[in-house]
Amino acid sequence: MSNWALIFYCGIITYLTRFSMIALIKKEMFNDRIREILSFVPSAIFPAIIFPAIFIDNTGLFQIENNPKIIAAIIATIIGVVTRSIIATIFSGLASYWFLIFLV
Amino acid sequence: MDSNFKIFLKGIRDVSPLMIPVVPFGLIFGVLAIDVGFTPMQTMGMSLIVFGGASQIVLLQLFSGGASSLVIISSVGAVNSRHLLYGAVVSEHLSDLKLIWKIIISYFLIDQAFAISNEYLKKNKNRNRYFHLVGGGATCWVIWQSTTFFGIILGASIPEELGLSFAVPLTFLALLVNDFRKLINIFVIIVSGAVATFGYNYIPFKAYVIVAALSGLFTAIILTKKKKLYE
Repeated sequence: MSNWALIFYCGIITYLTRFSMIALIKKEMFNDRIREILSFVPSAIFPAIIFPAIFIDNTGLFQIENNPKIIAAIIATIIGVVTRSIIATIFSGLASYWFLIFLV
Repeated sequence: MDSNFKIFLKGIRDVSPLMIPVVPFGLIFGVLAIDVGFTPMQTMGMSLIVFGGASQIVLLQLFSGGASSLVIISSVGAVNSRHLLYGAVVSEHLSDLKLIWKIIISYFLIDQAFAISNEYLKKNKNRNRYFHLVGGGATCWVIWQSTTFFGIILGASIPEELGLSFAVPLTFLALLVNDFRKLINIFVIIVSGAVATFGYNYIPFKAYVIVAALSGLFTAIILTKKKKLYE
């Protein structure tokens, strides 16, 4: 498969995952219980991106010792919960990460 | 009722803080894509056609590892499965719209725009509230395309030691700060994170994202039910 074909197919599948539910689901299909469960969607999905990016290194190995990302992520989480600020969360995380890898 | 344009601008304002980490993400993508052997045109085409950071990074990772096209496409599908749930959440607010608007909005249904507009859509019931999502999505589109472009130009001159890819999990973490205050959400976060981390190497086709998400939702279903029993 050529690179362009690969890009095109990945684009199609990405678009369809976005479009299918918007096009298919009707307002009446939602009751309070479904709404309640769907409110947990961000909590259910984002950790699946966050955790592997912190705990698994570039070679696919689980990395728990000597891993500055874990400490930086914990600091960012605490700052985030206290300040409720998106920017403060991201910058405290990056700043502590750089502090740990360059200065410690 | 606020005008369409005013709501569109509010979408831009609300999503702006989330755009800061998108900048290094886009640059990194541009640099990496050239590095693994895509032409500048293909790299730009990827950002225009796919328009999804996580999908595009997964595409690059698997492509450089020599994975088959079928595995790459199914992995991108698995990474994108979260959009099914985003779509299901926002569709409630879009069900009165014409098909053409649904087609347009679908292209802009990305993580950051969803996270910001979902809050807005829940609180506001005006008929033109979906312009908030268009504003957030369009902002992200501009940032993503321009940073991809600069990444292609900058190429290898960005030092790898900065570890800017760490901005990716931090962005998603920042989107959860309010959820860390709720007990059930914390359980859901831990279950999903643990399943994704330990399943990363064992669940085929990089489907760890959808498996982890479903485990998290299942946890939410059980815990919310238990909570009701005690109320």
